[in-house]
Amino acid sequence: MAEKPRIKLPKEAKKGEVIEIKTLIAHVMETGLRKDQDGKIIPRKIINKFTAEFNGKPVFSVDIEPAVAANPYMQFTAKVEESGTFRFTWVDDDGTVTTAEQQIAVT
Amino acid sequence: MTVKSRREVLALGAGTAALALIGEVAPAAATPQEAAEVIAKFTGGKTAEKGRISIDLPEIAENGNTVPLTISVESPMTADDHVSDIIVVAEGNPRPGLATFHLTPLSGRAEAATRIRLAATQNIVVVAKTSKGQFFTEQKPVKVTIGGCGG
Repeated sequence: MAEKPRIKLPKEAKKGEVIEIKTLIAHVMETGLRKDQDGKIIPRKIINKFTAEFNGKPVFSVDIEPAVAANPYMQFTAKVEESGTFRFTWVDDDGTVTTAEQQIAVT
Repeated sequence: MTVKSRREVLALGAGTAALALIGEVAPAAATPQEAAEVIAKFTGGKTAEKGRISIDLPEIAENGNTVPLTISVESPMTADDHVSDIIVVAEGNPRPGLATFHLTPLSGRAEAATRIRLAATQNIVVVAKTSKGQFFTEQKPVKVTIGGCGG
């Protein structure tokens, strides 16, 4: 899970513009329904929460269930009125929190 | 995790599903009733009006392991009137819940896309809640060739 999450958003935007954001994090998203070769259930391990904030204000978040595919991909939009920083957070079932940040210049 | 061939995973599938619920012989998939319960919890028992939502899903998903899903809801997305929550429910998966999106006026548009797992051919139901307390719903059938829930 050491791989860095992938984020795609424009570096610049006009004030009031609605921009598109795409994120992807590498993760097995083990459902907890599958069994291994010995017939034991493989314990659930998923990313259960994704959050996007802009300058500390909530933009978009998702409560994720095991039915979201491996390497969870999230695409959404954000309205930008000022320059600032997007902060993205992924929370694993085991408590691991992965964060990533990206700046945007708004004119 | 042991790596398995596709064939083994598929062979295990049926048995795993049946045993998933504490050894009881239970239906593998969530029933439309279970899906309805999840939705009722979300709406607080209110009736959702049909419309305003568009669901973009392939008509036939060849691989249920990763099916692209896009949802958009008509909304001005202002502080007074915006879509605040969107729930996605699968009627034919082992568990009905798929994902719940939370939006704000900063989202700009009520749109979200992700990739989902579908166990079988089924209906996908989307319910959106607005900041004014209105509920809208839409559903779309999807045919699944190879199930993608490993059980």
